Amino acid sequence: MTTFLARRLGFLVLVVLGVSILTFVVSHLVPADPAALIAGKNASPATLAIIRHRYGLDKPLPLQYLSYMGGLLHGDLGLSSYSRRPILDDFLDYFPATIELTFYALLISVVIGVPLGVYSGLSRGGPLDHASRIFSIAGSALPIFWLGLLLQLVFYGRLGWLPELGRLDTFMAAPRHITGIYTIDSLLSLNLQALGNTLKHVLLPAFTLAFATLSLVVRVTRASMVDVLAQDYIRTARAKGVDRFSVVMRHALRNALIPTITLLGLQVGNLLSGAFLVEIVFSWPGIGFYSVNTIQNADYQAIMSITVLIAVIYTFVNLLVDILYIKLDPRINYA
Amino acid sequence: MRDVTLIETELLAAPAADAESLLPSARRKRLLHILRRPSSIIAMLGVLLLIALALFGTAIAPYSPGALDLANQFSGPGAQHLFGTDDLGRDIFSRVIVGTQYSLMAVVIVLSIALVVGIIVGASAGYIGGLTDEVLMRVTDIFLAFPGIVLALAIAAALGPSITNGVIAIAAIWWPTYARLVRGQVLALKNNDYVDAARSLGSSNVRIIVSHILRNGIAPVLVQLTLDMGNVLVTFAGLSYLGLGAPVGTAEWGAMVNAGQTNILTNWWLSTFPGLAIFLTALDLNLLGDMFQDILAPGAARRI
Repeated sequence: MTTFLARRLGFLVLVVLGVSILTFVVSHLVPADPAALIAGKNASPATLAIIRHRYGLDKPLPLQYLSYMGGLLHGDLGLSSYSRRPILDDFLDYFPATIELTFYALLISVVIGVPLGVYSGLSRGGPLDHASRIFSIAGSALPIFWLGLLLQLVFYGRLGWLPELGRLDTFMAAPRHITGIYTIDSLLSLNLQALGNTLKHVLLPAFTLAFATLSLVVRVTRASMVDVLAQDYIRTARAKGVDRFSVVMRHALRNALIPTITLLGLQVGNLLSGAFLVEIVFSWPGIGFYSVNTIQNADYQAIMSITVLIAVIYTFVNLLVDILYIKLDPRINYA
Repeated sequence: MRDVTLIETELLAAPAADAESLLPSARRKRLLHILRRPSSIIAMLGVLLLIALALFGTAIAPYSPGALDLANQFSGPGAQHLFGTDDLGRDIFSRVIVGTQYSLMAVVIVLSIALVVGIIVGASAGYIGGLTDEVLMRVTDIFLAFPGIVLALAIAAALGPSITNGVIAIAAIWWPTYARLVRGQVLALKNNDYVDAARSLGSSNVRIIVSHILRNGIAPVLVQLTLDMGNVLVTFAGLSYLGLGAPVGTAEWGAMVNAGQTNILTNWWLSTFPGLAIFLTALDLNLLGDMFQDILAPGAARRI
């Protein structure tokens, strides 16, 4: 376990290094001259030279990388030309909204997906089993930005049941800032109105984001349920006279869920990249929404820093998921 | 999605065919059985239709995809305009038909680049081994350290929005899967006797890799390729939807969904039909992928 952790933490360092080099190289692929972007169209060559000097753009590339990397290590990600604030501050403002959205998407995938998967595993070949098969084939082909628009069209446009955009109604004040995650903040400050409003707003985007994961959860849970139910220890339990319900809940489900948990760990990346699309559809002010806005404003510094941050967080989450597996299933041994 | 299918194809690498199913007559029977399934027939007819639309779309479309008709803005679906018209009075049905070529081209080019780069990187790493292997695989890991579309977004942003740059950006996130897969196959096959035999006969390394190792180990790679078609299509449309693939105004499906979204609450057809085209095409490519998987990897579990 210790060697495993040491190796993985070493890998994390390598990821920070590699990812920062990669994004640095990519940001220098930009055909436009960054000095010209800062100075505006009609700047004289003298002005451009001054700007190049001030931003260190006249230094050789390896030196530029070193000063960029030095900044990163001090938590200085540079200034966003889009918001005119430090990029790290922007990140801390926007990222909680993405965490909230992703959390609800995971919750929906599990709360709906696991029972549905267990049930279709138990009633193999039944109508619900066929329905869930069709559902999961569709899940991987459905573009989620389109699904989001259709849901808006129906639940906001036609039925008027749910709000269309954002985290809260336009004139509603955000709950007192504690974590930036509105569900937690409104609970802590006992602001039930904000809580209800947040939940209403998160439902459509979270369901949209969950859809692909949900369909995979159903399928994987079903398959491993079918596998586990064929095991000898299940037959033994039945032969001892344990009733069907307890066999499913206590003996089968516990082992059948390990592949589902593995799948959920692998899905974190998909949910994060899905969030980029869903946040645009629903104007959900998370990190995807922020990134796409900075891109539209040619704020390359912000895009690159955010990309590095997301890669580091993603690698870290994967490490946590791996540790969780070891705790859950003692048979797994990475070292 | 990529990670899950990768694991599954790694499982597929195990040969599951018994002696009887290797008989030519049995194999032909199995092939016919797979091809006659309703899902295979739908998949093949669908692909024929898509190819026809991609090749002859401009000729088939009732209107020119760029033809403005400002008197007929936002007319709903009907006999005149099957899928309605957009904010500039352009015929959405014609634009959806013409858009087929961009999506199919993106799928073919992205997967070709990913395959070629993946084979070069993966085969060198697996065949040479040692430090080369270590360096190449760590580089691959770094590309895999980004969740899906995020790196593609950064690359597309740096290069500027165009179909070509969108394709490059997606290929850049797609090749690592293939590099890993090819490396695994090369490692599994390179110590076989027939490889030693070829080497002692004086074959060059490239020849050994191409005609002895890859030829025997390519099946799982092809399976991955067919399973990825739908994913690439949806990812490319997503990048265009974000304004980073096809430029605004192009008759590309993702860009059309984006263009329609401002007015979608009053004119539902604007984004609905281009999105439906993405969905049905991806669905068809997935069915086709399942069919190829059954043919190429007998005995493997179905994807879904």
